[in-house]
Amino acid sequence: MRQVAIVAFGQSDHRPDSAETSEVEMLMPVLHQVLDTVGLRAGEIDFTCSGSSDYLAGRAFSFTMALDGVGAWPPISESHVEMDGAWALYEAWTRLLTGEADTALVYAYGKSSPGDLREVLTRQLDPYYMAPLWPDSVSLAALQAQALIDAADTGADERALAGVAARSRTAAETNPHAQLTGSPPPEALLDEPYLVRPLRRHDCPPIGDGAAAVVLAAGDTARRLCPRPAWIRGMDHRTEAHSLGVRDLTRSPSTRLAAERAGAFQAPVDLAELHAPFTSQELILRRELRLADAVRVNPSGGALAANPMMAAGLIRLGEAAAAIHRGAAGRALAHATSGPCLQQNLVAVLEGDVL
Amino acid sequence: MTPAPSPEVLQAPLVVEFPFTRSLGPVQSAFLTGLRNRTVLGVRTTDGRVLVPPVEYDPVTADELADLVEVAPTGTVTTWAWNPAPRRGQPLRTPFAWVLVRLDGADTALLHALDAPGPDAVRTGMRVRIRWAGERVGAITDIACFEPYDGAGAGEAVPHSGEFADPVSGIVAPARLDYTYAPGRAQSRYLKALAGRTTYGERCPSCRKVYVPPRGACPTCGVATDEQVEVGPRGTVTTFCIVNIKARNLDIEVPYVYAHIALDGADLALHGRIGGIPYDQVRMGLRVEPVWSADGRYPDHYRPTGEPDADYDTYKELL
Ligand SMILES: [Zn+2]
Repeated sequence: MRQVAIVAFGQSDHRPDSAETSEVEMLMPVLHQVLDTVGLRAGEIDFTCSGSSDYLAGRAFSFTMALDGVGAWPPISESHVEMDGAWALYEAWTRLLTGEADTALVYAYGKSSPGDLREVLTRQLDPYYMAPLWPDSVSLAALQAQALIDAADTGADERALAGVAARSRTAAETNPHAQLTGSPPPEALLDEPYLVRPLRRHDCPPIGDGAAAVVLAAGDTARRLCPRPAWIRGMDHRTEAHSLGVRDLTRSPSTRLAAERAGAFQAPVDLAELHAPFTSQELILRRELRLADAVRVNPSGGALAANPMMAAGLIRLGEAAAAIHRGAAGRALAHATSGPCLQQNLVAVLEGDVL
Repeated sequence: MTPAPSPEVLQAPLVVEFPFTRSLGPVQSAFLTGLRNRTVLGVRTTDGRVLVPPVEYDPVTADELADLVEVAPTGTVTTWAWNPAPRRGQPLRTPFAWVLVRLDGADTALLHALDAPGPDAVRTGMRVRIRWAGERVGAITDIACFEPYDGAGAGEAVPHSGEFADPVSGIVAPARLDYTYAPGRAQSRYLKALAGRTTYGERCPSCRKVYVPPRGACPTCGVATDEQVEVGPRGTVTTFCIVNIKARNLDIEVPYVYAHIALDGADLALHGRIGGIPYDQVRMGLRVEPVWSADGRYPDHYRPTGEPDADYDTYKELL
């Protein structure tokens, strides 16, 4: 089977408010950056795929506006997913595996600032039994966090959650794109009030606007475009039952299964970029992914430092790939999630050629 | 060439409101009709579990499910979260706990609100019971909330026909989301100029085309447009249609003409209504100019200028 690699990655600075730019104005510099990295023009890309959400924009077919930024006239081969761009990357990967294309541009963006994100996200819930109650995204994550704390076998407590927050935001100090950087020590964080108990503000991701893009290429094209391509050795995504009440919220069997199918357990990884918007979710993911203590988790700061909706998962794949590009990782795992309480999960395994 | 002024961002409230009308399958219909009758139904799976709230297909085996059972209005909290600041649309106005509750007789949990005096009164494993809404219509909100309850478990699920008089067959799920819309740099510049009755397009630095209204990017080249070019005010009708359906909230007599209009100097046609001429005399090539209402921030419509029609060759690229 032909091998496909991530050969370029770019992201915007993630900010709480970007009212001065439209979506396409926010996205375009990122698109130009990744295309410049590989020396291609938009018209030379074989396949383009994007992730975004109309509910963030408050407008139907909002992704068509962003298409202006890739030069979609004359018509290009293009597709869109109404979820995180990591799933757009999955679609592009399969397209390249079939041999239909040699290069693909994948991008994702989200502006949360125009609306009330916690309310907007209620619209992705089951419309009969859940959405009429308007349970917001932080409250649902808090139910999951409490279940984790109550479970006897996890060792999770509020101190452990604060430790995830402090480590992530401290790591983000070296990430120039991050929205939140730096943290008091975990003990000090525990003095803060609850947002929705048991979650405090530090347990939750920042709400912000941002965009990201990657270029994929197959085989020899990848070697030509990038000195050290990040080869996608495996990728898989799985989903849980949509009703929260039928799930064990302390586990993520979909992540475990996706990781198995992606080949994540065939050899140890040295770096993992996990899309865990809430501190408790990182603890769940670490267990399902069987990550050893030596694995560097989210050296970018992860979603706790910047969580632009629909782009934060794609950024995990991009950050993992970028670490391979610069020789800072040999085998990396990237995870993306979409929906409430780790509803859908995608796992990819990336490798560089042996140095 | 006019250099682009520093953008002053425009913003406006945007409300998206929709009453989704959704139909119910047999299982959901029985469940919601049951709530209207203070009866909680679940569905039994082929391997004997009882799902509450019930679904039509088993989330594990994908088997079709229809074996309805009744469970108790009492149950046990499986996890909770204290919500100190209730938000619009949520079940209670005062601080409350979100809870997942496994009703007695069920194997899965239902999401709802728990009315409790404070977080110290809530714990996983606590016993609760349903507080019914005074007026029930066949919706999940027929459960007003849960409240603490001292009693023990009330046993097994019992078979239920799922039959009620006058079953509900659908729900109306109203939704409202409030946004602050900001159109970005290019459209802010366009709208601000338009308020002064000047129409600006923006030229692509690569292909030199002038886009009206500008959106900040050339869709052909995928690069930013930032050179402002005054276009119009006159233009040419490139194509049109005759509208015979009266739009709600729009005070325009039908039939009327809606047209694509290529403003002079623009490489893209915008659209607008044509007035000041009988609808059946509008034609391709007609030369038009904008008509502004007294306090309008954009042209109300376009009317004929009286000039001779434009040659087809001058606008055929803009069709
Ligand atoms: Zn152009």
